[in-house]
Amino acid sequence: MTPLENELSALKKELISMWILVQSQLNKAKEAMVQFDKDLAREVLVKEKRVNSFELKIDRDCENIFALHCPVAVDLRFLLAALKINTNLERIGDIAAGIALYVVESAVNFDVKALESTSILRMYDEAVNILIDTRAAFEKEDTVLARSIFKRDDVLDAINMNAPEVIGELIKADMNNLPEALYMLSIIRKLERVGDQSKNIAEEIIFYVEAKILKHFESGKRRVAGEE
Amino acid sequence: MEHSVISASNFNAWFGDNHAVKDVSIKIEKNQVIAVMGPSGCGKTTFLRCINRMHELVPGARTEGTLKLYTDDIYTMNPIYVRYKIGMVFQRPNPFPNLSIYDNVVAGYKLNGLKIPKAEMDHIVEKSLTSAALWNEVKDSLHKKGTFLSGGQQQRLCIARAIAMEPEVILFDEPTSALDPISTSSIEALFHELKANYTLIIVTHNMQQAARVSDKTAFFYLGELVEFDNTRQMFTAPKDKRTQNYITGRFS
Repeated sequence: MTPLENELSALKKELISMWILVQSQLNKAKEAMVQFDKDLAREVLVKEKRVNSFELKIDRDCENIFALHCPVAVDLRFLLAALKINTNLERIGDIAAGIALYVVESAVNFDVKALESTSILRMYDEAVNILIDTRAAFEKEDTVLARSIFKRDDVLDAINMNAPEVIGELIKADMNNLPEALYMLSIIRKLERVGDQSKNIAEEIIFYVEAKILKHFESGKRRVAGEE
Repeated sequence: MEHSVISASNFNAWFGDNHAVKDVSIKIEKNQVIAVMGPSGCGKTTFLRCINRMHELVPGARTEGTLKLYTDDIYTMNPIYVRYKIGMVFQRPNPFPNLSIYDNVVAGYKLNGLKIPKAEMDHIVEKSLTSAALWNEVKDSLHKKGTFLSGGQQQRLCIARAIAMEPEVILFDEPTSALDPISTSSIEALFHELKANYTLIIVTHNMQQAARVSDKTAFFYLGELVEFDNTRQMFTAPKDKRTQNYITGRFS
């Protein structure tokens, strides 16, 4: 392997490590939410610093590779994608920390039935699965899997669109549910962002592997363009 | 309408049994900078030397196919005229060591016995040295030997010598590989200015240089023209796997 290939390989491993950490953060935030485990939620908040450190380290590594190796073609695309994926992962890390913070701040625990009726648990599982699959797509350079993310993000969007009505029902049923319901609405909004960030990552994977730009395509057109 | 200044069609070149350039077809547009790259022995310099018929000066060399300057077949033109119209600058600066800077610039005229009035000659020298971004540095020492100059200045003198003949095309064979980074940078800046009036074809091993200076890049491998495209495309998303492997250093 050339020195540049070694650098890129190390960078890829580092991104995957960050991915695993962010995934773990999301899972722990979910567990903390379901179990109303404030200690676990605090752990997520503490580990957020590690996610931030990863972001800074990866940014610096990319900068060094640009400066020292002048990458071109697929290497250049990989580096550009790595920079953006890095930012997207860090934001997903922020989302996990944000959910954990709600658990820490909330005076009452989240009702499991309410979590189910609002589809938060289903949405959460899908968001985590999407993140796992973007990682697999990145590791294997699998653009078919990356493209599947666009459709799956629609599931999260649908739950998010439906959220005001469902949350409204929860509040109407009992005004005492108001603080909990507002936290839930915020969590739904955050999980929808996980879908968006994952979709951005999928676009970057396709850009890196196939040199195709799918950014700013409308949802349907993106799928068509991506399948060309 | 024909925009191509140089066009090759199924062009082949041999050194004896060595088939150095294989079936190359390419159209090079006017006022563009074209980088030609590829591993050693890929035929890029041979192709360059075919364009102004220097290839045929090697014993046993022959060509087949068509190579045109605009609509004229280069291989049916007078080779001396071809070299007026298609100048060449080599890897190592090669001013005539026994000639002054002034005489180096107009060497093409003098060596071919072309009589030109002194005033016109002066004008050609000033114009050519100005175009080669050398005039301000040498205007007070025009009668010193060309070899008195630094390596970068000598190379610009050679460019001025090529420009003096008012060519359509200037060929460059690794023009900065013997120069330091500052001289390289000044020659590269010069390429951008020269392309307003000339078409430049540059063979280079320096891929970053190809990326920096050219509008289009041609990649040669084993005598074949593998890919010819806009430089931005070539260096971000080349179409051929061999091009990608070469520019990313994964060539085996």
